[in-house]
Amino acid sequence: MENINTTPITGTIDQDLLLREQDAMCVNESKLEHKWYHNLKYLAVGIGFGILFVKAEIISWFRIQEMFRFQSFHMFGVIGSAVAVGMLSVFIIKKFNIKTIYGETIVFHVKEFNKGNIYGSLMFGFGWAITGACPGPLFAQIGSGATVIAVTLLSAIAGTWVYGYFRDKLPH
Amino acid sequence: MNFIEFISQPWPWYVAGPLIGLTVPTLLIIGNKTFGISSSMRHICAACIPGNLPFFKYDWKKEIWNLFFVAGIFIGGVLAVSLLGNPEPIVVNPNLTEELNGYGITDYTSLMPNEIFNWANLFTLKGFIMMVVGGFLIGFGTRYGGGCTSGHAIMGLSTLQWPSLVATCCFMLGGILVANFVLPFILNL
Repeated sequence: MENINTTPITGTIDQDLLLREQDAMCVNESKLEHKWYHNLKYLAVGIGFGILFVKAEIISWFRIQEMFRFQSFHMFGVIGSAVAVGMLSVFIIKKFNIKTIYGETIVFHVKEFNKGNIYGSLMFGFGWAITGACPGPLFAQIGSGATVIAVTLLSAIAGTWVYGYFRDKLPH
Repeated sequence: MNFIEFISQPWPWYVAGPLIGLTVPTLLIIGNKTFGISSSMRHICAACIPGNLPFFKYDWKKEIWNLFFVAGIFIGGVLAVSLLGNPEPIVVNPNLTEELNGYGITDYTSLMPNEIFNWANLFTLKGFIMMVVGGFLIGFGTRYGGGCTSGHAIMGLSTLQWPSLVATCCFMLGGILVANFVLPFILNL
């Protein structure tokens, strides 16, 4: 693996990581640096994920309306069984100390609660019910031919930016 | 029924759900990546329009995997519809069909109601609220809330984090309230 450079973990706090961790569940913990094409494996996982989204009709506005009206078990079954499998996987990874394919220890980091978890999530719920999409399905909806959803995605990116602009003034 | 016909049908929840759940260990094992999608929109801001805001001044290239991931979701959407598309209209609960009929929504040939989500509608009040305002709420809300369905409901709950449980309950509650009590007014516009 000559194309991998290991950057030594220093005692100082990684300021860039701290910043990236703000208001985000998913940040990159890896200290390894790879060539760009290593990212193609995430592209492949994404493709599988997009196919799943379409084939299980998770990206359908109709299915989301059914879910929020308790008219179908489908979406609850999808989310519930995904969480169950995710929990079991994390338990197994911790129990057997499973490493990444590069031999790194897998890191889990605990998120602290802030009031944004309530206010922000409520707002996201409003948007989810109206558009029938959470952020992942937005990308798949565009791919599935609903090209106008590109506008919804741009608006969501604008919303993210406006949040960044007012972040200091909002209750957390 | 051949294989392509078989997988062209809608996939049941007990197939899709566990496969989505397996994304969690897959991303962890192939590169220590924590599953989450809404952050991709923050990285796009950081890459394209950081605007000198501290919230976007970080090395977005360290998170570029997330952009590859969402690009994959887009490509997956294209492939699923073009190669494995379901020719049948989507089947929904008859109560929903009846309700939507009252708003003039009768086309079930796509996964999205074509009567609402089209380019011409973008310039009507209803279309603007449903596509532009709705999108804005998703982007602002997920970042303020610290994650979306993937980051909080799936990754957060999988790692037993109680703030994620609070967030999941809040976005389900917000969705239930709007879908039942606000959306009917929007759809009647």
